Amino acid sequence: MADVSGPPKESFRLSQLIYDSRYRSLTIQVVATFLLTAAIVWLGMNLVENLNRLGRGFDLGFLWQRAGYDISQTLIPYTSESTHGRAVLVGMLNTLLVAFLGCILATIIGVIAGVLRLSNNWIVSRLMAVYVEGFRNVPLLLWLLLIFAVLTEATPEPREFRPDENGVAAYSMFLGDSMAFTARGTLIPAPVWEPGSGVLVVIFIASIIGAFVWRRHALRQLYQFGRVVPILWPVLGILILPTLIGFFLLGRPISLEYPVLGRFNFSGGATISNAFMALWLGLSLYTGAFIAEIVRAGILAVSKGQTEAAYALGLRPRRTLSLVVLPQALRVIIPPLISQFLNLTKNSSLAIAVTYPDIRATLGGTAITTTGKELEGLLLMGLFFLALSFLISGVMNFYNSRVKLKER
Amino acid sequence: MSETHSFTVGYVRHEMQGPLPPPVAESGAVKWMRENLFSSWLNAILTVVSLFVIWWVLSHTLPWMLAGVWSASSLTDCRNILAERGYSSGACWAVITERWPQLIFGFYPSELYWRPILAFVLLIGAVAPVLYTSLPRKMLWFSLIYPLIAYYLLWGGSVWTPVMLAVGFSLVGMGGTLASNKSGFFFGVLIAILIFLLMFFDPLSALLNVMGGIAGLFSADSVRLSPMIGSLALRDLFPLMPTLSDLLGSIAPIGLESVTSREIGGFLLALVIGLSAIVFSMPLGILLALGRQSDLFIINKVCVTFIEVIRGIPLIVWLFTASTLLNYFLPPGTTFDLILRVIIMVTFFAAAYIAEVIRGGLAALPKGQYEGADSLGLDYWQSMRLIILPQALKISIPGIVNTFIGLFKDTVLVVFIGLLDPIGFINLIRATVEWNGIYWELYIFVGLCFFLFCFFMSRYSQYLERKLRTDHR
Amino acid sequence: MKKSVFFGVLTAAGLVAGASAAATLDDVKARGTLNCGVTTGLTGFAAPDANGEWQGFDVAVCRAVAAAILSDPTAVEFVPTTGQTRFTALAAGEIDMLARNTTWTFSRDTDLKFDFTGINYYDGQGFIVPSALGVSSAKELDGATICIQTGTTTELNLADYFRTNNISYEPVPIETNAEGQQQYLAGACDAYTTDASGLAATRASFENPGDHIILPEIISKEPLGPLVRHGDSEWGDIVRWTLNALIAAEELGITSANVAEMSSAPGDNPEINRLLGTEGDLGAMIGLDAEWAKRAIMAEGNYGEIFEKNIGETTPIGLARGLNAQWQDGGLLYAPPFR
Repeated sequence: MADVSGPPKESFRLSQLIYDSRYRSLTIQVVATFLLTAAIVWLGMNLVENLNRLGRGFDLGFLWQRAGYDISQTLIPYTSESTHGRAVLVGMLNTLLVAFLGCILATIIGVIAGVLRLSNNWIVSRLMAVYVEGFRNVPLLLWLLLIFAVLTEATPEPREFRPDENGVAAYSMFLGDSMAFTARGTLIPAPVWEPGSGVLVVIFIASIIGAFVWRRHALRQLYQFGRVVPILWPVLGILILPTLIGFFLLGRPISLEYPVLGRFNFSGGATISNAFMALWLGLSLYTGAFIAEIVRAGILAVSKGQTEAAYALGLRPRRTLSLVVLPQALRVIIPPLISQFLNLTKNSSLAIAVTYPDIRATLGGTAITTTGKELEGLLLMGLFFLALSFLISGVMNFYNSRVKLKER
Repeated sequence: MSETHSFTVGYVRHEMQGPLPPPVAESGAVKWMRENLFSSWLNAILTVVSLFVIWWVLSHTLPWMLAGVWSASSLTDCRNILAERGYSSGACWAVITERWPQLIFGFYPSELYWRPILAFVLLIGAVAPVLYTSLPRKMLWFSLIYPLIAYYLLWGGSVWTPVMLAVGFSLVGMGGTLASNKSGFFFGVLIAILIFLLMFFDPLSALLNVMGGIAGLFSADSVRLSPMIGSLALRDLFPLMPTLSDLLGSIAPIGLESVTSREIGGFLLALVIGLSAIVFSMPLGILLALGRQSDLFIINKVCVTFIEVIRGIPLIVWLFTASTLLNYFLPPGTTFDLILRVIIMVTFFAAAYIAEVIRGGLAALPKGQYEGADSLGLDYWQSMRLIILPQALKISIPGIVNTFIGLFKDTVLVVFIGLLDPIGFINLIRATVEWNGIYWELYIFVGLCFFLFCFFMSRYSQYLERKLRTDHR
Repeated sequence: MKKSVFFGVLTAAGLVAGASAAATLDDVKARGTLNCGVTTGLTGFAAPDANGEWQGFDVAVCRAVAAAILSDPTAVEFVPTTGQTRFTALAAGEIDMLARNTTWTFSRDTDLKFDFTGINYYDGQGFIVPSALGVSSAKELDGATICIQTGTTTELNLADYFRTNNISYEPVPIETNAEGQQQYLAGACDAYTTDASGLAATRASFENPGDHIILPEIISKEPLGPLVRHGDSEWGDIVRWTLNALIAAEELGITSANVAEMSSAPGDNPEINRLLGTEGDLGAMIGLDAEWAKRAIMAEGNYGEIFEKNIGETTPIGLARGLNAQWQDGGLLYAPPFR
């Protein structure tokens, strides 16, 4: 009893692994690693055994085989003689195209609808509420099917553009016979690049850079010296004038080819297929409804005091909007906006509903069904979407770190 | 004074005159329209454009809808009736009157419709105590056993299956709690897992398998131990609960008529997938959210990878994975129901989203709550269970409801792997000889059903958001 | 059934590896139902009626097999499969047989490891066009827009046909037959191409069938038939000979109306006797009892009856027998002898 010993010796007991917080985290991690490895090994062994039973291995060779099918929309040259790999590439580009254009249109629709929903015009705000609620509460798949059906049902067939015996056609093209909506798609004039058009492109790119330089210059003048240098009109001038002058000086190197009605179809020009239009509009309207809510919340998040304070400082309404309200609203709006872009990109795989030839249709569809390589195909498709998602969320993180409130 | 007045003023009004009506432009409908519709040029233009849009949409759809035929046996029949009535075109709602049970319940036997309906009604009772904190806390027990009741009502079969499941899980829970009270949390979890394995799995065979596998790795002729020890009578007892429920079923065969999962379709299928995914994904989602916040490097990275990979890939790819790839990763010869595979896949999918919602809830808690829990001397799991999670989950409820709405809408994607959700049934109905060629009516009906359900859900979640916000601040 | 599925998951980890899939027949008998893969809806071939009963030409084959094995034509679980999921469903053992107008091709039979057990419908790919277009041959379709179902052999045939004839076309891919119908009617394409049987069914559903013509060219051979997994020949035999029994029954004049009477006692045609089990023991050779063929025929009738009831000329689909007539009538149906 009276035996008073010194501090207990640091002898290691097994129970310390669980009860001592110094070792516990290590124990947990080791156990977790072990379990995880075991699970992965188990799945992998099953996979190998199943593949062996089916008499096949993991083989990406099908990518170099002849595809044998045609694709309705190709951004790069492709025929049925090309390889599956090229078909996959075509699908990837189609996915990227619809996702990119979808993000742009969805933002435009969303901002307009979000602002209009806050409008004090009763009927307009109600109409926007109907739009937002209608699209948010019905599956995108149904909207895609409906839009696709409307686009094909409500538009005339090409042969209805053909004049009958009396020389009168049921429908006619518009904008000087340059455009037409048909059940096959929207026909637009296609640009024809003649020699010299390259120079024009270079001039145009240079003027874009010039416009940015001017904007930078104007902002520097404003912030450093308080001089107000106009931005809008000079930028527009820089963007348009050199290209316009170059266009005429070089002898109009870019001309337009108009669609002309042929035996079955319109030929010439460019056709935007209804599948693309339906997917693009559907994705944009659907995501636009979500963006509208984000924009509305973002504008409402800027307290009225900010606007009043800006007025009190003597700022005019337009400057108040651009210098006080928008920068604060954008900080709230942009992160969820980018995650909506991510959703839109992922939802573009619903192209299956309108059979738009995206990556799911080429790699995940025909390639898998004709070659039977579902493991390889789905894996590649997953990797593609994963890479795309990481790219977009990378952009989001970059933005977030830039606009983070700098607390001093 | 009045005397003077009577001389100077010829006429003096003695009573007050009633107020004039306000100018026409400042009252009633006109004022309202001026303020709300035509307050500026821009607004006037917007109003006119909106009115035109509304008129255009209605003029193209209303006549078609109103001319609709409500009873006919086939599309041809329908068209004849329309022609007789002198309409050039009109909706054929008869397809809905004939086929709505399939769109709602799928192939579920019509005399048993009361079962899914009852399950749905009970669902409201089960969800209520989670959402309304004013209800007695005892009702949470009902929420806890509700999944078993719903499973039993929908699939039927022997009553002993859900009973034994309930017994098994309560044994797991009781054993775990007892052990954790006695010798700490980790021991409790260990005991719970052990009881769980004993109840529902066949640990003996699994052990033998592993041993056999190891032996197989080292010897060329793949010695299997299992046949040797497998003859032990003890082995037949496992898995314990299924064996017991079979036994009880043979002694006292009580139960409802059983319904196969293939017979569940339409909106019922969408609800079953959506609800079970949300319910099953909650525990997983909570663990993932905690893991993502954890300081433990490996756990953190595993959780982050899981969440990001699941969220980065569209659901449709996951569904194709469930339907075509999952079998590759299971022991050869194991097949189970496609619906079950889809539920598992959607559960993982939902768990990643729920984890992010709950992470938002965890992040929204003031740091003082964590520090307060620490200062009370609570360990990690105690502080999570008693302090952090109850608050975090509460503020996450609207987000969870929103995730559910999204998930419910996304369940229509199962049509692409051959499951018969409402859209799958639309395809089937359009393929019958009678209704071949019909289109809009079915999509309008299904769209409307989805809208009603999701709209009220989202309204409800907005209401919750407001309610919870006032609570919190 | 349900219980085993539910606990099956829980016990999955404890299952002994290598539950052999060698005896499908035993599985089916133990289960009490036949899992039969069908389409997600194709007019005349497989679709459920208002009571949820599946009807159609492919469905009848499933019912006949179920009747032969389980003595109950309704003991079938119909598993709808899409063009993409059908093969994996069969390979994974989710379904016992696939009766889903699937074309018998070399690579499917060998590389994908399936066994086609016969042909229940000789089809070919054709085109339908509006008569207003003034086209009388597929070779005149240069530059036309053509609706085509993706992920099928028709997609590959079309590309080959136009390339060999050196004419061009624009494909409009569509997902299902119903979608193709709607797109074609709305004018999204000049021509719709799919199996000729599908074209006839499609045309029958139009408001004015007379405004559309099916072009004479049949650009491919599409032998459609039920298929099973490779490696279980006993099971393949049962499906193969059930189909043959239906075909032979028509040839021999056995119908659902007279099969009961004919099988009550041996008649004077020995082949009928062997088929119906009143003589010899053919059933035992495929692991079934003597009356298997009788039950298969009783289920939905012989081949001719099934054809007439589901897709024949008396139905709205109105297909002529054509290649699918018995060999004596100039068709290709030729059941090997039952002996």
